[in-house]
Amino acid sequence: METQTAASAPSPSRASVPGPWRMAGRSLTANRSAMTALAALMLVTFACLLAPFYAGDVARTDPFTSNVAGSFMLGGQEVDIMQPNDNPLHLGLSPVGPTWNPSAYMLGADSQGRDVAARLLYGGRNSLLISFSAALVCIAIATVVGVSAGFFGGFVDTALSRLMDIMWAVPVYLFAISLSIVTISQGLKIGPFTIESDNLLIPIFIIALVYVPYAARPIRGRVMALRNAEFVMAARSLGVPQHRILLRDIVPNVSTTLVVLTPLLTALALLAESALSFLSIGVQAPAASWGTIIQDGEGLIYTRPMVAIAPGLAIVIVVLALNILGDGLRDALDVRETSRRGA
Amino acid sequence: MNARPLLQAEHLHKEYKLPRGQTLRALDDVSLTVMQGETLGLVGESGCGKSTLGRCLLRLTDLSSGDIVFEGRNISALSERALRPIRRRMQMVFQDSYASLNPRRRIGDLIAEPLRVHPDNEGRKRSAADITARLDELMSLVGLPQSALARYPHEFSGGQRQRINIARALALSPQLVVADEPVSALDVSIQAQIVNLFTDLRERLGLTYVFIAHDLAVVRQISTRVAVMYLGAIVEIGDTDTVLHNPAHPYTAALISAVPEPVIRHDAQRSLLRGDVPSPVSPPSGCRFHTRCPQAQPRCSAETPELRDFGDARQAACHFPLGLSA
Repeated sequence: METQTAASAPSPSRASVPGPWRMAGRSLTANRSAMTALAALMLVTFACLLAPFYAGDVARTDPFTSNVAGSFMLGGQEVDIMQPNDNPLHLGLSPVGPTWNPSAYMLGADSQGRDVAARLLYGGRNSLLISFSAALVCIAIATVVGVSAGFFGGFVDTALSRLMDIMWAVPVYLFAISLSIVTISQGLKIGPFTIESDNLLIPIFIIALVYVPYAARPIRGRVMALRNAEFVMAARSLGVPQHRILLRDIVPNVSTTLVVLTPLLTALALLAESALSFLSIGVQAPAASWGTIIQDGEGLIYTRPMVAIAPGLAIVIVVLALNILGDGLRDALDVRETSRRGA
Repeated sequence: MNARPLLQAEHLHKEYKLPRGQTLRALDDVSLTVMQGETLGLVGESGCGKSTLGRCLLRLTDLSSGDIVFEGRNISALSERALRPIRRRMQMVFQDSYASLNPRRRIGDLIAEPLRVHPDNEGRKRSAADITARLDELMSLVGLPQSALARYPHEFSGGQRQRINIARALALSPQLVVADEPVSALDVSIQAQIVNLFTDLRERLGLTYVFIAHDLAVVRQISTRVAVMYLGAIVEIGDTDTVLHNPAHPYTAALISAVPEPVIRHDAQRSLLRGDVPSPVSPPSGCRFHTRCPQAQPRCSAETPELRDFGDARQAACHFPLGLSA
């Protein structure tokens, strides 16, 4: 071990040495499944960002107002959006099914005659925005909580950890549903600010809050391990002030944990957001999210299953991709492992 | 040798509270003096409290009781903040050369850290140019190329990393360096290099060392005085030659005879110890070594021996010292 690295370690010719982040980046780009997941995520995000373009210029529909009396052109023929039901057990009308034609109700219409494909893209914007923002807010709060608990220990740790335990003892969804019902029904007044019940900040903050214990716990554990690490004791023996140890020695080593947690939390937040929206206590009508579209499709599940399947598939793909990406990041950022392998 | 004491430790106690109301005595009434310019070797089996003592001497671990006087000032009750200016006069080199370097920071950044947080001798903040100059000086002092400054700890071998640790410890030109088993994790060939570096630096910079080791060969090579620890207490302390060639305490004798020798001496009597070190949670009564001592007498389990002077610059805590009349 000694001789091998002694020979391979310092070659003074190389000017810039790749840092831990760049090495992790290289390791991540070499990971094929993580790269596939990242590509899928970027594709979905990009498609959702183009939602207004699709609705306005390709499908030429209004995805937010109900249009039960309308019709559209398909292959030169005029087709009613609401058609006589072909199922002998059901009377009345059902929306048009998937045409697979991007410019004419590609995935069919929902029970209010709105273009499912356009709503899927608009809904994706909300779902992705909420879940990613919620993950970031959650990690920001969890970092403050976890780092304070882990670094200061003692009473601070006990107080924060017990609070986290209490929060974590309440089922996440039940907690989120309770908070949502209250805030959505009344809006939220904080001092001079009033947050309306259709504001996306409400689901963002509720989802962020309920997952704080989930993220704070590993952060606290990491900080506690780091606080007792020999390089922290070395810094103390050098007379480095505590706040500087926290900023220069502890936080940079926690940042890898944060990076790994981000996609995993985004996935959890996406599931929570869909659940809340499905229950009408997340994104408020007429705005869409993948959860609300599934709710729209619930009543049509036997006649027009595509309304529920399309957003369901979108959720599955994004959550799966986020989890694979998270695993890839974890492998890539494990400094200790990579360095031990090298040593 | 200059006879001025640099560090005096008196009646140090360190206890850890265990669950179920038990206490672990890591240090039990340890007193020692480190003279300016000397190297005090601290030896003993693992778990005997030598690392704890090293950390307590530098106030990296809080004492349960006792006094530490460094350069004439009692530092045992100072706050972390009040200690900070004193920290640059006393430094530590750790055993695990990798764990003691933050893996996410470059070597130059790591070694510059003490220079950034401590003002220079005139009390001013050091300039970037001063720091760069000092870094170059330190690298040549420990025998590493300048290019190493831009690299990360994991790119170096154990021996090189220990050089980096030494450079960082020396950055502020300390008086006292406590080295906690700095070579035990290294290959034997590298050990010699690092021990030579320590000796060389002592000569050039007039350093005082407390050198913790479990390897007597290393201690013999570098120390001017040796303290032997057993179960949280010093059992024998004195000049290296006296203690290692003519041990008074049966435990010292056992440690010495446990060192493997390249030539088998048939005439030598090996005093091998049986059994394990007793738990420091419930140390034996009387002499803490009596449970394993080949010379143990009934008095040993009843009466605790004090460190006694034997007139040859050596003290031992034994009722029936070897080769000396009691």
